[in-house]
Amino acid sequence: MLTVFLQFLFSGLTVGAVYALVAIGFNITYNATSIINLAQGEFVVIGGLMMWFFSESLKLPFFVSVALTIITAGIVGLLMERLTIKPLKNADLLLMIMITIAVSIVLRGILMLSFGKEPYVYPAFTEGEPVNVYGAIIQQQALWVIGITGFCIVVLFLFFKKTMMGKAMLACAVNPTAAKLVGINVSQMVMFSFVLSAIVGAIGGMAITPISLMEYDKGPMLAVKGFCAAIMGGLGSNRGAVLGGFLIGVLESMTAGYIHSGSKDAVALVILLLILFLKPSGLFVSKTMLQLRKF
Amino acid sequence: MKRASGKFFVVSVAVLSVCLLCVNAFAKEPYKIGALLAVTGPASFLGEPEKNTALMLQDQINKTGGINGHPLEIIIEDTKSDETSAVLSAKKLLENDKVLAIIGPSTTGESMALVPIMNNAKTPLVSCAAGAPITQPANERYWIFKTPQYDTSAVEAIYGYMKKQGISKVGIITISTGFGDAGKKALQSIAPKYGMTIVAEEKYGPKDSDMTTQLTKIKVSGAQAVINWSVGPGQVIVTKNWYALRMGIPLYQSHGWGSKKNIELAGKAAEGVIAPLGRLVVWDKLSDKNPQKALLKKYTQDYEARYKSEPGTFGGHAYDSIMMLVDALKKVGPDKKKIRDYMETKIKNWPGTGGIFNMSKNDHCGLDKNAFEMVVVKNGDWSLLK
Repeated sequence: MLTVFLQFLFSGLTVGAVYALVAIGFNITYNATSIINLAQGEFVVIGGLMMWFFSESLKLPFFVSVALTIITAGIVGLLMERLTIKPLKNADLLLMIMITIAVSIVLRGILMLSFGKEPYVYPAFTEGEPVNVYGAIIQQQALWVIGITGFCIVVLFLFFKKTMMGKAMLACAVNPTAAKLVGINVSQMVMFSFVLSAIVGAIGGMAITPISLMEYDKGPMLAVKGFCAAIMGGLGSNRGAVLGGFLIGVLESMTAGYIHSGSKDAVALVILLLILFLKPSGLFVSKTMLQLRKF
Repeated sequence: MKRASGKFFVVSVAVLSVCLLCVNAFAKEPYKIGALLAVTGPASFLGEPEKNTALMLQDQINKTGGINGHPLEIIIEDTKSDETSAVLSAKKLLENDKVLAIIGPSTTGESMALVPIMNNAKTPLVSCAAGAPITQPANERYWIFKTPQYDTSAVEAIYGYMKKQGISKVGIITISTGFGDAGKKALQSIAPKYGMTIVAEEKYGPKDSDMTTQLTKIKVSGAQAVINWSVGPGQVIVTKNWYALRMGIPLYQSHGWGSKKNIELAGKAAEGVIAPLGRLVVWDKLSDKNPQKALLKKYTQDYEARYKSEPGTFGGHAYDSIMMLVDALKKVGPDKKKIRDYMETKIKNWPGTGGIFNMSKNDHCGLDKNAFEMVVVKNGDWSLLK
């Protein structure tokens, strides 16, 4: 019984890790701009597909491919901010969010035209026998996914707490006018937040593709799940996003395992609704913080 | 001025005489067939090879003198994978173009929408979609035919093979789309006939990334084999998870597995996966005595030469639909009722890409489980099972 439970748990953690990365991506842009960037799922797809392009199509070495994929995703994030968000600096927030939906549709169109509709895959980062934990079998790539997610979380935590740039970004989120007065280049920070969220999403895409394959229209599903995770943990809280992501992944897996696989999406959403009824601000955001929110 | 008009006169005469020559070559009026295909939209992976096949066959037939001297004109309408659009296009084909028959549509939903229209217009429809309700019940589908194999035939082929292997307990895992649900129904309803017990029944969404949980449940349920019923990336993910879990029981896939792309994507995980496939994808493995081999070879090679891609099973459905109508037109001429009667009574032992067709009053598809070969993946290639 323990074996089966562990199997369900690891399956949930693997899927949940990607949800967590998407949720963190949502938070990064939300914290700097109050915008919910609904093209977040497309960044994951870009990560997977570009990694395939560099490593399988161009046959570049692994680390070069990773670097180029991260750079490509960063450029996409940068262009997105400079071409669509910046020109509308003082527009209504809701309008900006709608623009991110438009961007996600455009990105999907571009991906479809350049990669076609078929799924893509490349070999796992390390080849070899799956790991056996008390009889539960874990693919090596699943450990990579969980490990990379953990690494990203730690790096981002240090970045926001310990570096000047991270603190400056947080300052922009709290009060853009005051940030400007103390000499922070707000526009640059906003741009950087898009670049960073694109990179985080792309890293998730690179890690998960050997397990789940990647095709041009996987983005919206990931965005919805990641958004749920962000809401569950409390929009803006990275701790919450991580916990929310893993929680949704594990809940889905446990529902599929112990109740029925047909109802797994429904149960995860019902629990999300329950949390929002009982604690509308999400698990990790206090009531006062909720009142400070613009959206 | 005068010289210019003189020149004009000469040119016009020349052009006219060339035109007359062309008309003389095809003195008889063209036979018009409509084709309703999902060239764009979510089902475009069906409509694209079907359209290519229609264009290719039209060229080939007209180059060799048409049908008894009549050129064949296939009027292709894009249904955008949408029922309403299919109905409107069908009306256009029937009323403006006055077609003799229609092939398509590509999906079951669109085909069902056309059933009453075609019956009222008393015009034959040869659908390229698989759903059983398209041609059943037969007495209400007087003018409707279809060429793809039934889902139920694929299930019977799997169960038949399993029985020979001594398997009686199966776990099924299906995708939550129309295709998966139809497969699940067929798997459940036919199981008793072959003495099969379904001990686990799992589902997953079309964009899910990991099916380990579902497969683990099947593993502990005591099943002797897994059957996955899906199209798209899901079937590759299931294969990879099945391989990673070292389940120790064989994996069977539906007839949607028949693309080399799937073996490529699943890599060594695909080794040993068994599926019922139409003979189109394994034509080079068939014995020379097989009545389908020659036409499968010609169709596949012509298609690959012209479009640089695999025709796949779907292009084959359009091939069968068009060639049946061409056959009928050759024998009975441009008469809708006679074409219908010919399709129902004279398509017997008729080799197509989908199988050997045997139409009858009660069966407007004419294929059974013998349309499938059981195929296993071996060394990255298909291999026939006996």
